[in-house]
Amino acid sequence: MRTPGTSRPGFGGWSTRTIASVFVVFFVLFFGIPIVWLLLATTKSARELTTGSPFAAGSLGGLRANGEQLFGFQDGAVIAWIGNSALYAAGALVIALIAGIPAGYALALTRFRFRRLLLVLTLIVMLIPNTALVLPIFLELSEVGLIGSPLSVILPMSFFPFGVYLTYIYFSTSISRDLLAAARIDGCHEFQVFSKVALPLAAPIVALVAFFSFVQSWNNFFLPFVMLPASEGYPIQVGLTSLLASTPAFNPSSAGTQSVQLPTLALATVVSVLPVLIVFLFAQRFLVAGLTAGGTKE
Amino acid sequence: MTTTEAARPAVGTRRWAGRAHPGGSGSAMSYGFVALYAALTVAFGVLPAGYAFYLAFTDADGAFAGLANFAKVTGDFRFLPAAGHVALYLVIWLVALLVLVTALAIVVHTIRLRRVSSGLRLIFYLPGALAGASSVLLWLFLLDPTASPIGALLRLFGLASFVQVIVPGNLPPVFAVIAFWTGAGGWIVIMYGALNNISAEVIEAARIDGAGRWQIAWRIQLPLLRKWISYMAIMSLAAGTQLFVEPQLLSQASNAIVPNDYSLNQLAYQYAFQQNDFNGAAAISLILLVIALALSAVFVLRGGLFETD
Repeated sequence: MRTPGTSRPGFGGWSTRTIASVFVVFFVLFFGIPIVWLLLATTKSARELTTGSPFAAGSLGGLRANGEQLFGFQDGAVIAWIGNSALYAAGALVIALIAGIPAGYALALTRFRFRRLLLVLTLIVMLIPNTALVLPIFLELSEVGLIGSPLSVILPMSFFPFGVYLTYIYFSTSISRDLLAAARIDGCHEFQVFSKVALPLAAPIVALVAFFSFVQSWNNFFLPFVMLPASEGYPIQVGLTSLLASTPAFNPSSAGTQSVQLPTLALATVVSVLPVLIVFLFAQRFLVAGLTAGGTKE
Repeated sequence: MTTTEAARPAVGTRRWAGRAHPGGSGSAMSYGFVALYAALTVAFGVLPAGYAFYLAFTDADGAFAGLANFAKVTGDFRFLPAAGHVALYLVIWLVALLVLVTALAIVVHTIRLRRVSSGLRLIFYLPGALAGASSVLLWLFLLDPTASPIGALLRLFGLASFVQVIVPGNLPPVFAVIAFWTGAGGWIVIMYGALNNISAEVIEAARIDGAGRWQIAWRIQLPLLRKWISYMAIMSLAAGTQLFVEPQLLSQASNAIVPNDYSLNQLAYQYAFQQNDFNGAAAISLILLVIALALSAVFVLRGGLFETD
């Protein structure tokens, strides 16, 4: 993948090198500082957060206190929201895989009427931003009476053309047709060819599609914000707005019994992305390879 | 199980897929494979687009309304400011994205130490995990001088309070910074991959011809990245038109100093859920959708990146 040594032009002059270093260091700080600060903020008390040094750590006791406040908020609403997020993201992921992987396979390796139409639709819809169709989908689902039910977010999120595109690219470029033909000759049905030969080979791409679908669903804001009227049904991303509304530092009118302190809000931010963050860290190499494969198809 | 069949497979799958299965044809099987996905495409791609189209051209009673809905929403006193906010945000964000992502990818690509270069990519990429409301929430902290780790920097610019930071004039660059922080890393990774695809001989030849580091970047790498840069520009442009979560949260956090109809998507939301005017909302949605679709179409037709066969 990488060509070491001579092919890689290094920096020539001293001044060029300095400029490049300053440039990179600046952006390391820009991308890195907010995350470091956020993690530290979760361990501080409200007082420590505003008066102490920004990069001093708080204490484990502080973290525990923030945790108690966060998970005590509205009798454990945060736990319910995380549960909802997990349900929606997992539901969408399962349907996206069941629908998308065979579709990518059929588009790549078989010929049928409407194949081209479906491919073109996939490409176009893939390029339409997620939020663009949210209001029309709301109207459509309200016609069939699904608004407020978990299905109103799971079903639209399970439509994942990018996953189909990745699968399609993978099956059209990386699977030998001879292999599939051999399986057919050995008496496999078309479905067995798919499930016993193609699918095991495609395991990495299935995992990649699952990951992207999960992250996209977990982080989705506009769709559940529109579809779900009641707080009990919120995923954590939408629940964050309830926490924000109860934070006196940002919303002075909210100072009441349920008020949320800044460090608690910081902890909520970390908790809201923790599943994604963990998978990101563990799957980084794999993801980078996948992103590159999705982008550079050659 | 015959030799003729064994010799065939590489040639068009259509013919032999049908022949290999006397019972059910391969083509029928294909329909089974795509059925669920095709249904989802219709339900959540084609139908909503069609429905938005229908609503945008009818009135509340379902009668044909011509362009009345479009006239109404574009004539709304909130429409032009909202469109202006989105446009200004897009310009700042796109320029920053194109210039900085390309530059960062090229610089990181020149680093020979593998650990350093992949470590840098991870640091750039990690904020992508904090998308949606989470990243906006984090930036609310960063922009509040009392709690921010860069409070000193903000005060240096004469910004002593959160309210001063989020005056309307500052918002387009503020949203651009949030979007860049969250999204740039993924693009840097893609650009880096594209740079890896440039053949080593080309670079080597240029160097032998006496090209310096700047010339290689400017005359060779940049032109060869053009396809990717335009890809990034169009995807980002289409996505950026949909600005919603940033102003929505900021509006909430600022006690409505930032209006809740700051962006076009918010305005569409207001039409639908505050005014119960779904036709007006559909008209705005359709305008946004047409812009996104037009950009995608240009890309699919002219980009040549997604050959379908």
